Formats: sequence, C-alpha cells, structure tokens
Amino acid sequence: MTAITRAEVAHLATLARLDLTETELDHYAQQLDVILQSVARVSEIATADIPATSHPLPLENVFRDDIARPCLDRAEVLAAAPAHEDDRFRVPRILDEEV
Amino acid sequence: MPITGSDLTRQTAAVLAEAIRTGEASAVEVTQAHLDRISSVDDRVHAFLYVDAEAAIDSARSVDAKRSAGEVLGPLAGVPLALKDVLTMRGVPTTCGSRMLENWRPPYDSSVVERLRAADIVILGKTNMDEFAMGSSTEHSAYGPSHNPWDLDRIPGGSGGGSAAALAAFEAPLAIGTDTGGSIRQPAAVTGTVGVKPTYGGVPRYGLVALASSLDQAGPCARTVMDTALLHSIIAGYDPRDSTSINAPVPNVVAAAAKADVRGMRIGIVAELNGEGYQAGVAQRFRESLAILEHLGAEIVEVGCPSFEYALGAYYLILPSEASSNLARFDGMRYGLRVGDDGSHSVEQVMSLTREAGFGAEVKRRIMLGTYALSSGYYDAYYGSAQKVRTLIMRDFASAFESVDVLVSPTAPTTAFKIGEKVDDPLAMYLNDIATIPVNLAGNAAMSLPVGLAPEDGLPVGFQIMAPPMADDRLYLVGAALESALYDQWGHLLIEEAPAL
Repeated sequence: MTAITRAEVAHLATLARLDLTETELDHYAQQLDVILQSVARVSEIATADIPATSHPLPLENVFRDDIARPCLDRAEVLAAAPAHEDDRFRVPRILDEEV
Repeated sequence: MPITGSDLTRQTAAVLAEAIRTGEASAVEVTQAHLDRISSVDDRVHAFLYVDAEAAIDSARSVDAKRSAGEVLGPLAGVPLALKDVLTMRGVPTTCGSRMLENWRPPYDSSVVERLRAADIVILGKTNMDEFAMGSSTEHSAYGPSHNPWDLDRIPGGSGGGSAAALAAFEAPLAIGTDTGGSIRQPAAVTGTVGVKPTYGGVPRYGLVALASSLDQAGPCARTVMDTALLHSIIAGYDPRDSTSINAPVPNVVAAAAKADVRGMRIGIVAELNGEGYQAGVAQRFRESLAILEHLGAEIVEVGCPSFEYALGAYYLILPSEASSNLARFDGMRYGLRVGDDGSHSVEQVMSLTREAGFGAEVKRRIMLGTYALSSGYYDAYYGSAQKVRTLIMRDFASAFESVDVLVSPTAPTTAFKIGEKVDDPLAMYLNDIATIPVNLAGNAAMSLPVGLAPEDGLPVGFQIMAPPMADDRLYLVGAALESALYDQWGHLLIEEAPAL
C-alpha cells in the first residue's frame, strides 16, 4: 500500500514553499512513503479514550506588567537583513504582474 | 578526580577553575592552550564552524583582571567552552549548520550565552551540528561532517556532534548542546563524554533557534559528571522570556555529583530498551554497569514501559510537525539567505527559491513530513495519534517512577558508525535515537555517561540514566557513583584512552 503519491509530494512542496526539482520529487516520494508507513503504527494504540498531549508541562497563560523595555537595535537588525531601504526590510513585489 | 598530567587541555573544568582562582594558571594561558589545540587538530576533527580567538583571549584577560582586582570568581570562571551553533550570540555567526543562515550575525544573546558570560566562562567558538539539529551524525551539516576523535572515519553523533567531538578531542573541557530527541546524549555516548538533557523547561530556550518547541532543551556537556553538574547549575533556572521556563529552584545537581551515592536507591531497567537490537558490546557494558550499581548498594529491578515501542513513530510525527511550522520563519525576508530577488520573481517565488537553495535534504524531508501530518484529512490519523502516544509514554514513565527512583538503558543501540553508512537511509538514521526519544516526549531529565569500550570495536559505550521531571539531581547521584567506581577500576577516566590525534 502506498501512503503518499508523487503528486501529493509536489502539492506538499508548494504548501511548504520548497521549489523542489523533478529528481527531488521522485526521491522524496519514495522516502516519505517508507517513513509514513513506519510511523503510521502510532494509530495501533491511539484509541479514542486517550487524551492528546501537546506539551510535557501543563501550559497556562502568563501575564506580565505592561512595561516598555528596550527592543533590538534597528541598525543591527537591518544589517543582518538580505535587503533594506529607508530603515525598513525591502521585500520583492507581493502582487502578480497580471493582476 | 583530577586528570593527571600538566597539559592544560587535559584537565577537568573544575581543576582548571581552581588553578585560575589560585593563580596557578592564568585564564589567558588556559584559553591559549585550547586555541593551540584547536589549531593543531581541528582540521581533522572539524568540531568548530567558527573560532573567535581574539574575543576568547579578551574575555580570558578580563577574568585575570577581575582576579587581580581581588574579585571573587565564579565556580567555572576562565574555563573555555564550545557552544553549539544553534544558540544566538550577539555579533557572532550563528548558522545552525545551514546555508540558510550563513553569515547571519544575531543582534542578541540567548539566555544561555548571557549566563555563560555572567559566569565568566570563555566561549571559544561555535560547534558543528546537523542542519537545524535534524540528524544523529552531523552529516546533515551544510558545512561538512565532524569526525569522531576515537576514529576519524566515524561519526561523532548528532545533532550536537561538534560539541561532543570538541570535548573528546580535548579542544574544550565544557560544551553546550541541545537535545530534541537525543542530540546531547547520543553524541556523548559515541564519543566517551558526558551529556545531560535537563528537565524540559529547566534551561531557558530564549535565543535557541527552534526545531520542535515542545521537545527542545539545551543542556551541559563535559568529560566528567562533576564538570557537567557545575555547568548545569550555571545555565539552568527561570527566565520570563521563555514561556515554558520552569519558575522553581534548580535541583542541587552539584551537591548530588559530590555525594555520588546510590545506596538504597531503586534503579529500573526499561525492558523495552534492552536486549534485541543492541550491539553485543553495548549490551555487555550495560550489564556490567548494572552489576557495579548493585554492588554500590542500589537495588536493580526490571520495569515495563509498553508504549515506548511506539515512541519513535510518535516522535517522527510530532517533531516534523513542529519543525515545519517553526522553520516557516526562514522565508528570506528579514534575515538569512535570499535567492531570486531579481525584480521578476514575486515574494512567494523568492521564498520558494530561497528555501529550496537554503535547506538541505533532511530539513526538506522533515518539513514535508510535518506539512503532511498536519494537513486536513490526515491530522487525526497522524499528528493526533502521535499526541495520544505521547500521553501513553508519560503514563508509562509516571507508573515506573512510582516504584523506582531512576530508569536506565544503553544510550544508543550501537557504537559510532562509519561516516556515509546511513546518510541516505532516514529510517536507519532515526533508529539511533530509539532509547533517547521517550524522555523528550515526556519532558524528563536524562544523562549519558561513558561506561567502557565495546570489545568488538574498541569504541565508547554510553549508559543512560532517566529521572522524573525536576529530579535532575538523581542523574548526578547515580552518574557520579558509577563514574567513580569505573575510575577506581581503570585508574583513569575512559576519555584518557582516546587516541592522541
């Protein structure tokens, strides 16, 4: 039985913003299938009556006083950015040309 | 137990700190000796991705100045340390072993680095790791693998193989690792060093580049149990900048390491992490260690943890799911690599081109696996089931700890394997962490310490001790007792048997 097809892997790559090559798609389709078939065993013991655990510690919301604190240095942050302009991150166009 | 000999690189951190405090050696001399050692062996070991000799000497000099001025120095002041390249350090490259962050210099210090600096520990540089901590061998580092000082053709474990190799090659007496599924303990096991994954929430994650947030934990690595305890006590403790940091006193790990006493303790062998699938020499050294602990006054019993069999499956659903979400931040917009920004590509295309070029094979594999496990229609069967298995594993631990003080197992099923042997066989690689993963899923504390060489290949074997959450001190009680008994038996630490390089 196949857990995942090549077309599904291509769709996942799009969702995950990975511009995979054709060779990678072939390779990953085969590997992900093997991995998924192995890990799918978890469903054998995961019966309806067992609660899910997302986290090892019980989490609760933590509030703090609303006090202004120094933030990161702007020049230092922008110096590490791939591109910047006018004290802001410069990003590629966000709309398609056809629109 | 001081390591004999006058070479400063072969001393324990505790001995070095004492020598610096008394003036027997200066911090600058100690740091220089380690920098010289790095210069002479790291071309073969490749433990470090970045060494900042100048900054290290500067901080050593300030320790010497404090001493001259009569200031009281901390327990590890002036001692050099190797920092895993997944923790931010202001102005120093932090790559996470990835092309994605090549040349990125973070604008802030992680909590761990702040605490190391405050303790006057001298940070030598950043150590190699599997890309974004995904791997068990450092072969998934974009900058090439690290080599095991016991046999340079073999892996030093992963993901923190650089930190473990730096210790075993005597390039640093202290190191920081991070452990999401065994990345501190498995490298410690295969390099004959000591590593501790503290209780989840015990060491703050602020400034630790996230792989899987509900599993990640930074921790101390060294060549002795006491050195590990001293470092543990410096980096552990509450930090409000990490919402999962535990606001409670840190267990007294240093006192526990000094006490080194297992009399009256009940030690449980995990039935599911023993026997089949473990290399003969690993199983033999494990059994011998149990006999020693029994001789020292502990009671050894066997306990069953039936859900552990499913831990690997649950882990390889939960980890990729969290990773696919965490690694979405690497989009080429605010920091790191950007590819294809030529005016013709849209922002989405630039993101896809950047991530394709910046991530290696294992990272892509896990991102897609996580994207799949979280997608609608599959969520309940995969991620949902894995979370239920996590509940069952926590119940197994809770019920085991009702009758025993600690649980034990071999740390890894085999000794160090050859570089290249498993690099393109994900399932074979994942099996290295079969004994370490349950602890991460439950949030417990665990240690690996060296207990001998496997007779068949002469490579180090690790012994794992697991304690309940916030009972990290028990690891040190047991670990230090076992280490001390083995020291008496051999007349030296195991690491002394490592080749000279």
